[in-house]
Amino acid sequence: MNYLYAFLSGGAICLLAQMLVDKTKLTPAKILVLYVCTGVFLGACGVYAPFVRFAGAGATVPLTGFGYTLASGVKEAVEKQGLMGCLTGGLTASSAGISAAVIFAALWALLFKSRDKNI
Amino acid sequence: MASKREKTSPCLKNCLFAFLSGGAVCLLGQAMKDLFALLGAEEKTAYSLVAVTLVFAAGLCTGLGFYDKAARVCGAGLFVPITGFSNAVTSPAIEARCEGAVTGVGSEIFKIAGPVIVYGNIASVIYGVIYYIYLCFAG
Amino acid sequence: MFDKAYISCCAAVGGALEKRGPLGSLFDITAEDSYFGMDSWEQAESEMSRLSVNMLHKKASLAEKDVDVMLGGDLLNQCTATGFAANSLPVPFLGLYNACATAAEALLLGASLVSGGHAEKAVAAVSSHFCSSERQFRFPLEYGSQRPPYSQNTVTGAGAFLLEQSGAVRVTRALIGKVTEKGITDANNMGAAMAPAAAQTLISFFELTGERPTNYDAVVTGDLGREGSALLAKLLESGGIGVKGALDDCGLIVYGPECRGVNAGGSGCGCSACVLATYFWQKLCKKEIRRMLFVGTGALLSPRTVMQKQVIPCIAHLVELESI
Repeated sequence: MNYLYAFLSGGAICLLAQMLVDKTKLTPAKILVLYVCTGVFLGACGVYAPFVRFAGAGATVPLTGFGYTLASGVKEAVEKQGLMGCLTGGLTASSAGISAAVIFAALWALLFKSRDKNI
Repeated sequence: MASKREKTSPCLKNCLFAFLSGGAVCLLGQAMKDLFALLGAEEKTAYSLVAVTLVFAAGLCTGLGFYDKAARVCGAGLFVPITGFSNAVTSPAIEARCEGAVTGVGSEIFKIAGPVIVYGNIASVIYGVIYYIYLCFAG
Repeated sequence: MFDKAYISCCAAVGGALEKRGPLGSLFDITAEDSYFGMDSWEQAESEMSRLSVNMLHKKASLAEKDVDVMLGGDLLNQCTATGFAANSLPVPFLGLYNACATAAEALLLGASLVSGGHAEKAVAAVSSHFCSSERQFRFPLEYGSQRPPYSQNTVTGAGAFLLEQSGAVRVTRALIGKVTEKGITDANNMGAAMAPAAAQTLISFFELTGERPTNYDAVVTGDLGREGSALLAKLLESGGIGVKGALDDCGLIVYGPECRGVNAGGSGCGCSACVLATYFWQKLCKKEIRRMLFVGTGALLSPRTVMQKQVIPCIAHLVELESI
């Protein structure tokens, strides 16, 4: 059942983004920024945590999940460290994903060369 | 006149592919999460591991030249999941290697994914400040 | 109006996709390797441009010292592709930029230099490369992005023309276009942005000369693509010029009219240059086409102006060609 929920939720989030691409003048970059901020907002409202329990990876894998990670990290850090937590919490919680992206990107840049996409 | 002539993108087909591919990535993520949990990872760590694994795999597909071809068809289904973030970081890095390690790869790596981190961070700091003020009054 | 300006020879280099297209066998050189043996896409474009000029020299049995001036340009910042190509050819060089209208611009300037007796032999060389253009104007190649169906595909190709006081094809007249725009800001919709410029140039040419589209075997625009060509036909008809069936577009010729996998057709300054140097050159030489109008169309935008939401100013230059 978990798998069905993950598939449907993740698919629905992507479907909504695709509708925004096709039906509005919003570019993918703007939609992604919108999604992250929405994730932070929903995380802050306490809506996203139950959604993660329901949909699992269907909620954490889309970019809104990244926003949720930032929000929950900040919440935890503020509770522990006070005002300083505002600055440390978000990136601490999301550091695994960001660092992994940077490290692997640098690795792939060493190994691969850009290709002609016209063929 | 010109805007009337702009044919709308084939919306229905795009949406279907976005739904199916986005769902499939999340399904894959869920399977990985269960696997990591089975191997003894905590819930939170398992989700982080899922993110790291997907980032790794999507970067590899980008380097091998598959990811952009799939994304041309799948659209949002492959740019909304974290795999799209990985593609957005890896693709400028690969292309910038002609301009050197520092001035090329180093400075271009966040060319596309940068805004997400910038605005995600700003939003989370704002939330943190509001939450701190709330705690001051509530606590 | 030119007294004595002729295109005596031309050469075209194409990339892998262009090789598979309907004009594939007409190119002088086509490369499977889009890098043309170089390390970066920018170097690849320079190499392609250099190859086209070298090929032209070879075909016309010219030595480099015989060339009085080389005029040329490309789409890259600061015209580096052509500039670097000229670096390896010791000829006097003038760099040009009018986006995708650069081929027509180089031809009309070369023709006026030759006709005026300021140069005996002028070379017009233009190039564009899909990969370097994607890098400069859009996203990294490996980035997964969807393109709307009205967007166009930059042609990987270079064309070079030799202008002299005698030759197979005469450059009879030319009209320098005025920059115009009709409020289009979407950089993916360049065909529609450029169509009004092409219409303006064609209408004023017909008004000035009293010619009609039916006097020509072909009226060819540079790279309006499917959307832009349809819009141009409408604009001309509403301007009182019937052009049914007489219009053609290099962007639709280069990959074939069905444009498989390239959305609305080809674009880039290599597009019009290559199609003129292969398809139309052959037809002109065989006298299947006796008189034609070649209208290069260019969108004078940069990624920055697009981000600043500025409209896209466009230009169209016209060159009249006659086979002798």
